[in-house]
Amino acid sequence: MSYFNNKKNQVVSLFGLSFALFAFASPFVYAQEIQTITGVGSSFAAPLYQNWAASSIKETAIKVNYQPLGSSAGQNQIIAKTVNFGALDMPTSVEQLTENNLVQFPTAMGGVAVVVNLPGIKEHQLKLTGEIIADIYSGKITKWNDPRIVALNKELQLPAIDIAQIYRADGSGTTKVFTSYLVKQSDDWKKTYGSNTSIAWPVGMGARGNASVASMVKNISGGIGYVEYAYALQNHLNTAQLKNVAGDFVTISEGTIQAAAKAADWLHAKNYDVDLIDTKGEDAWPIVSATYILVPAYNHKSQDVTKFFKWAFTKGDAIATKLHYIPLPIVVKEKIEKTWEYAGIAAGSSQIKKIK
Amino acid sequence: MMPLKKSNHRSEKKIIPLFFSGMTWFSSVLILLIFLGLILELFGQGQLAFSTFGFDFLTNEVWNPVTKQFSARAALIGTLVSSFIGVMIALPVSFGCAYCLSEILPKKVAKYITAATQLLAAIPSIIFGMWGFFVVVPGMANYVQPFLKWIFGDVPFLQLLFSGGTFGIGILTAGIILAVMITPFITAVMQEAFSNTPAMLKESAYSLGATRWEVMHHVTLPWVQKVVVGGVVLGWGRALGETMAVTFVIGNAHHAGWSLFMPSNTIASLIALEFPESAAGSLKMSSLMALGSVLMLISFIVLFCSQFLLRQVFKTR
Repeated sequence: MSYFNNKKNQVVSLFGLSFALFAFASPFVYAQEIQTITGVGSSFAAPLYQNWAASSIKETAIKVNYQPLGSSAGQNQIIAKTVNFGALDMPTSVEQLTENNLVQFPTAMGGVAVVVNLPGIKEHQLKLTGEIIADIYSGKITKWNDPRIVALNKELQLPAIDIAQIYRADGSGTTKVFTSYLVKQSDDWKKTYGSNTSIAWPVGMGARGNASVASMVKNISGGIGYVEYAYALQNHLNTAQLKNVAGDFVTISEGTIQAAAKAADWLHAKNYDVDLIDTKGEDAWPIVSATYILVPAYNHKSQDVTKFFKWAFTKGDAIATKLHYIPLPIVVKEKIEKTWEYAGIAAGSSQIKKIK
Repeated sequence: MMPLKKSNHRSEKKIIPLFFSGMTWFSSVLILLIFLGLILELFGQGQLAFSTFGFDFLTNEVWNPVTKQFSARAALIGTLVSSFIGVMIALPVSFGCAYCLSEILPKKVAKYITAATQLLAAIPSIIFGMWGFFVVVPGMANYVQPFLKWIFGDVPFLQLLFSGGTFGIGILTAGIILAVMITPFITAVMQEAFSNTPAMLKESAYSLGATRWEVMHHVTLPWVQKVVVGGVVLGWGRALGETMAVTFVIGNAHHAGWSLFMPSNTIASLIALEFPESAAGSLKMSSLMALGSVLMLISFIVLFCSQFLLRQVFKTR
C-alpha cells in the first residue's frame, strides 16, 4: 500500500507541479507572444529604428524587422501593402495618402550639415550663406578665395584652391532637403535645377551615401559637401556656419536644430507636412527635416506599429539623442497620438471592428 | 527468355542515351530561353523610355530627374572609355605577366606567383573600390595627375585629355582600378594558353637558333592568338559591368567631356545608384531598364567584334 500511496503521491504532486507551472507561466506566455512587424524605407532613420527595436522588444513584445532600402522603396512597398510600415525622409502628398488610405506621422528630426575640407581653416570657422552655396554648386564660384567668400570671412586666410563640389550620387532624402534649401535661397537655383531626391548637378562629383560623401570631403582638399549631422560628427568633419533667416551665423548642433523645430508651425501643418527649412528662430539651423512613417489606416498590424512608436516616443528620446537624432517636441508627440486614435490605429483601439 | 532479356538490354541501352540527350537539349534550350526572357524583359521595361525619348536617349547628355529628362550618352561614353583604358593597361601587363610565368620563371617560383594572381581575381570588387578610394585617389591627386598635366599641359589636343581639377577622381582613375581588377583574369587565360603551346614547336624553333623574342613572336603568339582575344573579351566584359569599384572612384557625374580627370559615370554604376530611389513604373525606372539593355547591347557588340576580328585574322593565313 505504502508503495502505491507513494506512487500516487508522486503522480499527484507531479500533476500539481505542472499545473502550478502552467498557471504561473501562462500569463507570461500570452504577454510575451511576439508580434513581428516589417518596415522598409529611409536609410537615414535606419540606425534609430534598429536601436529602438532592440531596446523595446522586452517591453512591447514587438519585433521590428526594418530594411533600409531608401525612401522610394518605403513608399512603393507600403502602397503595395507588402510591409506594415514605410519610412520616408520627406512627407508624402495628400493625394497619395487619401488614395491609399494611409496615415503619416514624423518620428524624429535631423539637420543637414554643410562640411568643408580647407587647409588652414579650423572647425566651424568658415561662414557661408545659402546664396553662396547655391553659386558654388552651380559652378559660378570655383575658387575658395572668391571675393564673395572672402568678404564674409575677413579674418580667415582662404587658400587659392579649386572647389570640389561633392553631392549624393544616389537618390536620397538628404539631397531633397539640401536642394529645397537652395531653392529657397536662390531664384537661379530654383529656375535651373529645382529640388528632388536626385537632380542634374552641373558641376562636381557624386558619392554613394552619407558616409561616402563624408569620406570624399575628408579625402579631397578643397572639397565641400552636405551630410546628415550625425555623419559630420562621427567623421569629425569641419562644418561651416550658415546665415539663418534671423540674420545670425549659426553652427549646427543639437541645440540649433531643436531651435528650428520649435520655431516651426507643427500644429497647423496638414499630415505633419511641416516646413523645417529656414524657420524663424534666432538660433535656428536653416537646413532641418523630419523623417516620417506611413501606415495603413484601420489596420490591426498598424496598431502594433503605433505601439512600437508609442514606446519610442515615451522612452526612446535618450537613444535618439545618443545617435544624434533630434526628438520631436512634446506637443507634436501628443498630436500624433490623437492622429492614431482618429485613424483607429492607436494600440488597443476598437475602432477597426466598428468600421468593418 | 533469352530474346526478351536481350530486348530489355537493348531498350536500356536506348533509354539512357535518350534521357541524356534530352537533358542536354533541355539545358541548352533553357539557357537560350532565360537569355531571351532577359532581353525581352529589359527591352519591354525600357520601352517607355525608348518611346518617350526616341533616338535622343542615346545621344543627349541630360539626366535630370526634376524635369524627367533622361538619356544615356554620358554614361555610355563613361562606360566605353573607362573600360577601354582598363583593357589597354591590363593587356600588356597581363601578357608580360603570363609569358614570364609560363616561359621564363622557374616552375617553383611561378607556382606561387600564379596562386597570388588567382587570389587577386578572387578579391571582391568592393575591396578594390575602397582601396581605390583611399590609396589610388590621393596618389592620383597628389602625384599622377599633376605630373600628367605638367607633361601634356601645353601639347595641343592632348592637353584636352588632361585638363580640369586634379582631385584624383575621374575616368582615368576608374580605368586604372578596372585594369587591376581584370589583369588576373586575362593573365590566367593567357597563361593557360601559353602552357598549352606544344613544347616541340618551341624547341624546334630554338634548335634553329631563334631567340626568345622570335619564338614568342612567331611560334607562341600565333598559336595562342584566339585564346588571348577570348581572355581580353572576358576581361572587357567584366570591366563593362563593374559597378561597386567604379562607383567609388569615378565621381558619378552626368558629364561626358574630353578630360580624363573629369568625374563621369558608367551605365552599371548609374543603375546601381539610382535604382533604389526610382518608383516602380516611372519614366526614371524605365530609363534605367533601357540603360540596362544598352549595356547588354554593348557587350554583344564587343563579343561580335572580337569574333569578327578573329575570323579576319584566320582568313588571311
